[in-house]
Amino acid sequence: MSKTVELTIDGKKVAAKEGDNILKVARENNIYIPALCYLEGVSSLGGCRVCVVEIRGSPKVFASCVTPVAEGMEVITDSERLRRYRKWAIELLLAERPHVCSVCVANGNCELQQLATELGVDHLRVDRKWTNYELDLTHERFAYDPNRCILCTRCIRVCDEVEGVHAIDLMLRGKNSKVIFDLDDKWGFAESCTSCGKCSAVCPVGALYVKGKPLSEVKKKELVSFVMSRRSEKTIG
Amino acid sequence: MAKVRLATVWLSGCSGCHMSFLDQDEKLLELAGEIELVYSPIADVKNFPENVDITLVEGAVGNEEQLELLKRIRKNTKILVALGDCAVNGNVTALRNSLNNSVEEVLKKAYVENATLKQNTPTHVPRLLKKALALNEAVKVDFYVPGCPPSANLINYVLNELLEGRTPALEGRFKYG
Amino acid sequence: MKPDELRNLAQKEDELRKSYRYRINVCCSSGCMPFGALKVLSAFKDAVKESGVEEECYVARTGCIGTCSIAPAVLVEPGDYLYQNVTPEKAKEIVKEHIVNNRPVKSMLYGNEAYFKKQLRIVLRNAGKIDPLRIEDYIAVGGYYALLKALTRMTPEGVIEEVALSGLKGRGGAGFLTGLKWRYVARATGSPKYVIANLDEGDPGVFANRTLAEADPHAIIEGMTIAAYAVGASKGYIYVRSEYPLAVETLKKAIEAAKSMGLLGEKIFETAFSFDIELRLGAGAFVAGEETAILASIEGRRAMPRPRPPYPAQSGLWGKPTLINNVETLANIPVILLKGSEWFSSIGTKNCTGTKCFSLTGKVNNPGLIEVPMGITLREVVFEIGGGVPPGRRFKAVQVGGPSGGFLPEQLLDLPIDYESLTKAGAIMGSGGIVVLDDTSCMVDTAKFFTEFCVDESCGKCTPCRAGLYKLYKILDGFTQGEGDIQDLDKVEDLCEFIKEASLCGLGQTAPNPTLTTLKYFRDEYVSHIVEKKCPAGKCFKDGGGAGS
Ligand SMILES: Cc1cc2nc3c(=O)[nH]c(=O)nc-3n(C[C@H](O)[C@H](O)[C@H](O)COP(=O)(O)O)c2cc1C
Ligand code: SF4
Ligand code: SF4
Ligand code: SF4
Ligand code: SF4
Ligand code: FES
Repeated sequence: MSKTVELTIDGKKVAAKEGDNILKVARENNIYIPALCYLEGVSSLGGCRVCVVEIRGSPKVFASCVTPVAEGMEVITDSERLRRYRKWAIELLLAERPHVCSVCVANGNCELQQLATELGVDHLRVDRKWTNYELDLTHERFAYDPNRCILCTRCIRVCDEVEGVHAIDLMLRGKNSKVIFDLDDKWGFAESCTSCGKCSAVCPVGALYVKGKPLSEVKKKELVSFVMSRRSEKTIG
Repeated sequence: MAKVRLATVWLSGCSGCHMSFLDQDEKLLELAGEIELVYSPIADVKNFPENVDITLVEGAVGNEEQLELLKRIRKNTKILVALGDCAVNGNVTALRNSLNNSVEEVLKKAYVENATLKQNTPTHVPRLLKKALALNEAVKVDFYVPGCPPSANLINYVLNELLEGRTPALEGRFKYG
Repeated sequence: MKPDELRNLAQKEDELRKSYRYRINVCCSSGCMPFGALKVLSAFKDAVKESGVEEECYVARTGCIGTCSIAPAVLVEPGDYLYQNVTPEKAKEIVKEHIVNNRPVKSMLYGNEAYFKKQLRIVLRNAGKIDPLRIEDYIAVGGYYALLKALTRMTPEGVIEEVALSGLKGRGGAGFLTGLKWRYVARATGSPKYVIANLDEGDPGVFANRTLAEADPHAIIEGMTIAAYAVGASKGYIYVRSEYPLAVETLKKAIEAAKSMGLLGEKIFETAFSFDIELRLGAGAFVAGEETAILASIEGRRAMPRPRPPYPAQSGLWGKPTLINNVETLANIPVILLKGSEWFSSIGTKNCTGTKCFSLTGKVNNPGLIEVPMGITLREVVFEIGGGVPPGRRFKAVQVGGPSGGFLPEQLLDLPIDYESLTKAGAIMGSGGIVVLDDTSCMVDTAKFFTEFCVDESCGKCTPCRAGLYKLYKILDGFTQGEGDIQDLDKVEDLCEFIKEASLCGLGQTAPNPTLTTLKYFRDEYVSHIVEKKCPAGKCFKDGGGAGS
């Protein structure tokens, strides 16, 4: 039923399903675009803006994870400007809450940390904010540290769209936004949570994690694809 | 050719970055031909000298004395390098900034609540700043070498690039933490 | 209602109107109410009765005439005599002198003729002259004739064509061609289709949409119904902020009145066309006025913008094609249909036709709500209509476009007001706020103030706006306290570019405007803060002053 369109990404001709987003298509064709809030298998947010690309003929930049492909589109995934913007995005996320990698459970397995390395964000040009959110250790298996959360909403989307529970959502707005369980309950008391662990599996940083296990032992990438491959299952071990 | 005057400084850090610096092992010997170490915790020099070419600074700026020293370093140094996460972004040293930014609260936590002997806050030491600062929150920094600690290889790479008069390219080479 | 009934009613009302020699319009809108407008209204009614001129003089409770600085305002027709700061005592005297003795009370009149001279009232054609709660008043001045014309004598495509030819652009900010947007919705597949009238108006200091709703609610309803006919929608929502209780009340009653007359509902004018309108209250966030946020809010979700495409025209409310227009855009529609697109496009400039309402505030002698033809210069607005800055002060800058509008200096005052010129200069049309600043304002402090507003209003979805604006605010705040060095200005510009270019919705995309324009036109003020640690306006460095650490 769905049509096929042809476009070029960095000069390479590719065919894609109409309606698919640029990022997905690029990945299918082994073209790398840095991304952070995107998670294949759930809806796109378009929030982190790390995945920006240029499209020939337009002066604007586009978040590739929410921009559908179109016939004849010429996508450019790398330029001085794009690199500058991506750096800002990562830098601002690092500065938004205290990211102290050396004492973080995600150290070495964190997508934000990884992107900082890759994009050369070797320092911060803006003040860091030292938030002091309380750690939530009430769940018997999982922990939540809002001080590491980058508000990517992957957890919210996976809990809602894959687990079908919607135990997680956002509270407040702007810089005060916060991921919460049920009606801002402690995780251990959030009745709708089925303890499936999908949220902590997809959290790109050290905000949601399995207690007592450094993330270096949890092969995160594999876990994510495992979760996604079992979309219909209600619980996983 | 005159040797490059190098200084290394230890502010509020754990000395891990200096350990990593020393871990350059035999490569240090290669460097030694090109540099003169004019100030360092591992050399016995009292005052920070003038006309320094490159200074590597480990640690965040935690107290007033360090802030004074850093300003002097900046004045006397051509190339100032922030060495390690504490110097780059505050890191563990700056964790105290989350405690309502109150120095009293920090001191009480460290010297009273978590102490078993002599439970009182110290008085004969330089005054803590309200916030622990990354170097670039206090002075202009020329280059950054993140890591907790940065690897000896990375330090060596950066130094060599600087000695060659090139700009180190950090993309893909470093890692926070 | 049958077509004839409308005509008969209009005729009857018109005769009734003409049977009075005088009409006293007492503004009872949100601007005048707090100053005792209702007491003034009953004082007029009593005085008219006491003087025995009830047969000759009609006292009407109306909406806003636009001169909120002289509240309560009273307009006496014929001749449009505008009385200022009317009290119950003054009301008595006005009746005695003006109505009974036919001698307008000169000393009480608003003496500022320029205020109205340069204005052209199309959207606000009835504001202050009809009783918004009497649908008969609206009908008497030609109301619902355009709807009748559309439904009985025009095809939906014909209506769209007329609107397209008029050149009307959306008054909600982006300035998108209204006819084109209607065409997209009309052509989109999916049913039912919806029309949303945007009355969120979250910009502080902006009140044009509120005034319109309070003064002439039927103009909105009629415009919306015509739009629905044109695009094939059967259901409409007016999305109005809950902080506008009087507007909500007025609209509610107006919708009821239209329904009871059969001007809304099933088979309007006995045609096959049916349309119904409901009110939806927003919870008062600036970003809730963004069109995709409105969709989320009406559907019962968090009012957060989402990426476009898909545009609401393709996939709007509950995934159905939806037309979203600002209420001012819609209020233009009946006039365009009655007077024709040619007439409309003769007003304003070639690329920017018609008029625009502006809320003129700040350091200006005659603040208020104005409606001017597009293409008028800022100088005319600020100095002629607005009467310039207060005596003894010097004009410094004018902000156009609400909290995320840019600041323009004296040398740009001859800029014509249209979407293109404003955007090029770094300002925006926005929802029509014009704020005048004089030499007592510090531009750094002002940029900081508006950045802070946007920080608080950011929905938090995307990084540039949520995290970037806050950092921008912190840097500006530092400048006002003597922190930072001159190289920081490059950093600020770079950060602003990122926020502007990479944000998801219009809030983030426009929020850097105050900073960027003040940097561009008032850079010396930044330099003097940063280098000399001095605030030229004497606003900053309040507590102790000087550099921090
Ligand atoms: C942050 C933000 C706030 C907005 N607020 C309003 C508003 O209060 N009223 C409005 O009509 N449009 C507002 N808009 C514009 C709408 O998204 C939309 O473009 C407009 O309602 C379309 O109507 P028009 O074509 O008639 O202008 C806002 C846009 C943004 C980005
Ligand atoms: S979440 Fe990632 S970036 Fe943040 S502290 Fe942990 S490892 Fe570092
Ligand atoms: S553990 Fe599963 S159900 Fe519970 S919050 Fe996470 S994703 Fe939702
Ligand atoms: S908790 Fe993790 S997955 Fe959820 S929004 Fe925060 S960073 Fe993203
Ligand atoms: S630009 Fe601001 S208001 Fe708009 S989506 Fe992004 S965070 Fe939300
Ligand atoms: S990955 Fe596209 S915006 Fe985050």
